[in-house]
Order: sequence, then structure tokens, then C-alpha cells
Amino acid sequence: MLAYVLRRVLAAIPVMGVVALFVFLLLRLTPGDPAAIIAGDTATPAQLEAIRTSLGLDKPIPVQFLTWISQLAHGDLGTSLISKTPVTTLIGQRLGPTLNLALVTMVLSILIAVPMGVLAAWKHGTLIDNLVMALCVLGFSVPVFVIGYVLIQVFAINLRWFPVQGFSTIANGIGPFAQRATLPAFTLASIYVALIARMTRASLLDVLGEDYIRTARAKGVAERIVLFRHALRNSAVPILTVIGTGFALLISGVVVTESVFNIPGLGRLIVDAVLARDYPVIQGLILLTSGIYVFINLMVDLSYSLLDPRIRY
Amino acid sequence: MNWFKTEVSGPRRKALKTLTMASVLALGLSSLAPAAHAAGTTIRAVMHSGLRVLDPIITTAHITRNHGYMIYDTLLSMDANYKPQPQMAEYKVSDDGLTYTLTLRDGLLWHDGTPVTAEDCVASLKRWAQRDTGGQMLMDYAESLTAADAKTIVLKLKKPFGPTLEMLAKPSSVVPFMMPKRIAETPASESITDQIGSGPFKFVKAEFQPGVKVVYEKFDKYVPRKEPPSWTAGGKVAYVDRVEWVNMPDAQTALNAINNGEIDYMEAPPVDLLPLAEANPDIKKFRWTPLNTQTMGQMNVLYPPFDNVKIRRAAMLALGQNDVLAALIGNPEYFAACPSMYGCGVPLSTDAGAPKTFATGDIKAAQALLKEAGYDGTPVVILQPTDVITVAPQPVVAAQALRNAGFKVTLQPMDWQTLVTRRASQAPLAEGGWSLFFTNWIGAEVWTPLVNPMLNTRGKKGGFFGWLDDPEIIKMREEFAAAKTLDEQKAVATKIQQRAYDDAAYVPLGSYYIPALYRTSLSGLIQGPAPLFWNIKKAN
Repeated sequence: MLAYVLRRVLAAIPVMGVVALFVFLLLRLTPGDPAAIIAGDTATPAQLEAIRTSLGLDKPIPVQFLTWISQLAHGDLGTSLISKTPVTTLIGQRLGPTLNLALVTMVLSILIAVPMGVLAAWKHGTLIDNLVMALCVLGFSVPVFVIGYVLIQVFAINLRWFPVQGFSTIANGIGPFAQRATLPAFTLASIYVALIARMTRASLLDVLGEDYIRTARAKGVAERIVLFRHALRNSAVPILTVIGTGFALLISGVVVTESVFNIPGLGRLIVDAVLARDYPVIQGLILLTSGIYVFINLMVDLSYSLLDPRIRY
Repeated sequence: MNWFKTEVSGPRRKALKTLTMASVLALGLSSLAPAAHAAGTTIRAVMHSGLRVLDPIITTAHITRNHGYMIYDTLLSMDANYKPQPQMAEYKVSDDGLTYTLTLRDGLLWHDGTPVTAEDCVASLKRWAQRDTGGQMLMDYAESLTAADAKTIVLKLKKPFGPTLEMLAKPSSVVPFMMPKRIAETPASESITDQIGSGPFKFVKAEFQPGVKVVYEKFDKYVPRKEPPSWTAGGKVAYVDRVEWVNMPDAQTALNAINNGEIDYMEAPPVDLLPLAEANPDIKKFRWTPLNTQTMGQMNVLYPPFDNVKIRRAAMLALGQNDVLAALIGNPEYFAACPSMYGCGVPLSTDAGAPKTFATGDIKAAQALLKEAGYDGTPVVILQPTDVITVAPQPVVAAQALRNAGFKVTLQPMDWQTLVTRRASQAPLAEGGWSLFFTNWIGAEVWTPLVNPMLNTRGKKGGFFGWLDDPEIIKMREEFAAAKTLDEQKAVATKIQQRAYDDAAYVPLGSYYIPALYRTSLSGLIQGPAPLFWNIKKAN
């Protein structure tokens, strides 16, 4: 298995290299000038040029690329052109809130969605099944920001159970953390509950038609055991895949939720950096996100063998 | 979930452990963020944008100027009557108007505890003058700028420069803020990295998150002036222990937060959301500056159709300020048509040269003039930013007005950043050029012919985008600089505006303001050229 992990990690390096080159070129081809953002509206062309020179943006693109790659080789993601803060510091400040939010959302989603999906599959074709599926369609179709605002209006403004915005780290105590993470996590979970519940239902329905389930039932095994021990476990691989890729999507896709709840996470950092054409920050973030995708895919692949003994590495 | 737990065997348990470890690691990262601060009076404010660039000399960004007023101080300051007043220094002007002597007052300290010296201030002024248009002009007139002793700064001029004191007290971007010499010696093209000022608040570096949060603490050793505060002049007394600027990119979130008492101050609520706060008796509106913001359109005179002055005038006639303002702001309580290129309600305001129909536009006159000019159907390419709400509506309204007048119009949607790059292009339309774009200026950026960037008509040699080349206006600006009294200045400014309207140098499209919101637990808010946080008290 160690050889497999090593192979996967090594295979990821050229992938990330291509991503890095692609992102670098794409950014340089996009119009927009970080120097203009720094200098503001009234800067003269000479002043802009001076700022561009001090940022190293006047150098030929291949030189800029080589500089960046050699920085990367030393584990240095560079410095933000706009705020002059090291990219690693910026990411360090923002990674915590996003990861926390993503983890809480995922746990919440799994706790809600898996039983929902099991219930729907068990009661296949009944009113309960239809109800669960209708909820899933709703979760998919209502935009995240609408759900966010509704939750804020009801639970923060009317009932005053939660603050309307902000983030608190676990270091400040579980209470404040949970208070501030609840509404955004439920908002984000609305999509993932729908996604995971549907996948659980579909996957479970496939398995419930298998011979061994019929055999188990014929042997008089309790329905609870049939569902959770025999069926769910065997349908877990696709569910886990959805959860894994969903987690990666969560990390890179919480932009709207972070804005609505004013959470200083990676999503907002990405938007800020793109709007300001802050090249080192965008490059660093895309590399990080690609790395997270690779890592999570690897984790998902490895966990297959836990669930399906036929899978060996 | 025991179905899962009971069946986990050796190697699988290891894998599970790895997954658990990863989660723990992820949660642990959250502890990297700084811990919440202990009690004390704290004002939490949402400003119009997040602070990213910390150097108030390198950038004209307003959020950085606001940051500058928190931690830096100025030699002279402008009061509510637009008059320069002593702040860090008292001043004396020689009878011939050529020597300005500034003497630092006692007790001035930098935030690192060292005393403020004249040398620090000379270095600060020199760096500021490299970046600021007004400062550059002042230095063109200067023979020397030196520190005579630890407390005395001497500025000697070659010939009289009327607005010298106004320039030293310049209230908006770029403000001549004072910094220690070692910081002020940073090249003017590089951002400073050390935030040491001598103002009423200190910058808390450990809690700064660019674009997210910036924290200021009261500077205990600041010695305020004795006079009552008036704009940026007078005593700057910090009554609260901390000020936190929390950036909220979503205006609705900020409004919810002020309604709920999670923040105390919101600098720029969108006008259409104001009714949501007006219903709350704990929230009041505050006009933090008497200066309006001017919205305007700039034509590119290098290529057809706007290389023809008659066609420019036709476009100017077609554009009615009220239509633009209604689309931009909506509520007439907050906007007004204004013919003055210097803004309305300021000392130099004048309607000289403006079309009589500036408020409504005159499509018929525009059509007639366009015909007379022999317009050949060359399209007007309008740059249309879609991502900034304060500049998104103007192009759409203008396009319709120009079409009504007979122009062929192409709207090119893009984000503001692309626009900022694109407008610098001096290429013809077919090669990525442009004909017309829109932007906004706050009052203090247009209120005199010296600071108004659009009246810097140096053409391709350093003029504002659009590149009108009119040496006559440049000559009149010199005349303005030499004027000694306000009446003389007014007379020249009026002539300049007349000429600029004849040129159709740019099209002012009216003025507006957006009130700030604050919770009634705050008191003592003062007006100024920027949102100011001294003199504010907060009730617990």
C-alpha cells in the first residue's frame, strides 16, 4: 500500500506542474494590472511603470515564471503584490475558518443525509421516499445565499439565537465556535445533504436488489441489520466518493457562504485576489486547492479498501 | 454507526486513524488565527472596502487614506471652512511669500516612542511630493526644503505658490502624512512595510488580516491640540480603547450586523438598503462629509469620433445628469445635478461654461450639433464595468442617451480591473482602444483646478486618460497657483472651467453622497474629508 501511496503522490507532481504553468499563463493573458490597483486613479504612466518595476512585473514572462518556480522549490509561495504579506501567511490566516466550516458542514451533512437516503431507499416508492426526494430537489435548486439569508432572518435577527456574521476559532472555546459555525454550516449543508442523500438512496436501491440481501432477509435477519450492516456498507463506495469530492468542492466553493456570513476564509481570499490581479496569491491558492483535491482523492481511494475487502492495493 | 466500527480491522484502522489525524490537524489550524481581544471600549466599523495597501502615499485608494488618518498626523490640517490650520506644527510665512517656516509643537512622539523631528517631516514631505500631483507642483516652485534644527522645517520657494498651505493641509488622497525618516526614505514606488505614525491611534500589526480586519489601539502618549476638533484640524482625542474595521463584502450582511448590534458603524450602506436601517430606532444616519462625490464621463480625444470637439459637445449635450443620478443613486434625497467641475457647495463652485440643460440633457440640440459636425457613424466604444455598483449604471444610461442623439454605440462589458488597464490604452478603437468611460471622484479630489485630474490637460505627456492636450488650461493653472486671494483664485478657476467646457474636456454628471449609519451608543461623531474616529465616545 505504501508503494501505491508513493506512486499516487509522485503522479500528482506533474499534474500540479501543469496546473501551475496553465494558471501562470492564464493570469498573464488576462487584462488587469496590479500596479494600477496599488497606485489608484490618478497615477501617471511613469509612476505606474515604477511600481511595475518594483513588483518585478516588467520582466519577461518566462523570467517571471522561472522566478516563481524557483521560489516554489524553496517552499516559498511568494508575497502578495497588493498587501505585501507572504502568501503562506495569508493562506494560514484563511485556511482555518474554511477547513473548520467544511468539516462541520460535511459531518452535519453525513449525519442528516445518510439516514435520509436509507429511509428513502427502504420506503422506496412511498410518500416518505417522495418527500425526501422533494427535499433534495429543493436543496439543490434554492441558491445558497437565499437559504443563508432566510436562516439569518429567522434564527439571528428574529429569534436572536445566533450572531448574524463572523467566525470564532475553536481556540476561543467550543461555545462561540459552535454559535458562529451553525448557520453557515446548515446553509452549506443544504446542497450536500441533497447530494449525499440522493446518492445513498440510489446506491442502496441497487444493492437492495442483490441476491445476498434477499438471502439475508429470507434467513430472518432483522431489517435494521440488513439495511445498515449488509446493504449500506456495500453501497458505501459511491457514497464515499461523493463525500470526498464534495469536501474538496466545499473547500474551494464556499465563496458565497463566506460572504453572506462574513467568514474570513479561502473563498473570499480567492475572489479578492482575482479582482485585484494579485498573481502570487491566486497562484498559491490554486496550487493549494489542487493539492487538496489530490490529497482527498487519495484518501477516498485508500478508504475504499476499508469498505470493500475485494479492493486491494 | 456500529456497523462500521465493529468491522474495522488492523490496516483499515490505520487508514481511519490517518483520516482522523487529518481532521484534527485541520481543526488545529484554526488556532493559528489570533485570539479575540480582551474587553475595553471598542468601536466595530464596516468601512466601504477592505484595507489591503497600507501605504497612504503610494496609493490614492480611499480606504488607505482613511487608515492614514487613524495612525498618522499632518503638519497642517484643513478645518470645516476649508482653511489650513496648525496641527503638528505652527507656521509662519515671510512677507515676500517665499519662505514658510514650520515649527513642531512639543510632546510629539512616534508610536515606537521616539520623538518626532523636523528631519522626519522633511523626508516625509519629499516622499509625498513624488507621488502627489499637488506636491509635485509645490516642489516645482520650491528652491529648498530643509530641517533647520530638530523642530524647524523651512520651505523656500523660487516664486510665490498661492496654495502652499492648502497643499500641506491637503485633506484627501494623497494626504501629506508624517512618518519617521527611516520609513519615509522608502522609494516612492515601493510600499512601506512599517506602520509607525504619530497619530491618535496605533496600528496593531499582529491582528491585521489584509482585506478582512484591521485593528487600531489608542496611542496613550498622543498629545492632542487644545482647540475643539473641526474636520481634521483641532484636538484629536481618542476616547475609545480600540477601533476595529471589519470588512464585510456583502452589504446586506453588514446591515444585518448593525441592526443586531454586532457592529457600531457602517461607512457606505447602499442607498437602496437604507430603509432597512431607518426602521431601527437604535440606528442613525450620519453625513460624515459635506463634500459630495462627483460622477463623470471621460471621452478619448485621440481618435474619432471624439477627436472632433463638436462631436464631443454633442455627446455632452445628450447626457442629462438627472437620468444618470436616478439610475445610480435612485433616491433624490441623496443626489443633485451640479454644473461645477469643482463640485457644488465648495468655494470655487461655478456654472461657467456648462450647458444650460446639464440636468436634463438636450437630445434635439445634440442631434443638430452632431449633424452639423458631420458625424460619419464611427461607433462610440463605451467601457462598461459590471462588478462595481457605483460605476455600473452610468454607461447603460449614457449609451441610451447617445443612441437617442444619433450616435452608434457599442457597450463593452468588463470588470473594473480590466477597465482600469484598458483605459490606459492609447490604441485606436480597432486595436483595443476606447471612446468613453465613467468614474467617480470625491469632492476634495476635484475641488480646485490643481487637484482636479481631468484639468491636467497635458495630452499624451502625462495628462489624464482621454489625453486632451490644451496648453492654455495648463497656463491658467499656473495663474491659479500664483493667485494670492480667494477672489483671484475664483476668477481664474471660472476661466478654466469655461475653457474646459468649451473643450468638452470631460462631462461632470452630477453629485451625490451616501450617509453612514451608526448605532446610537456612539456619540461625538465629527465631519471631515474622510471618516474620522477621534472624538467618538461609546456608551456601554
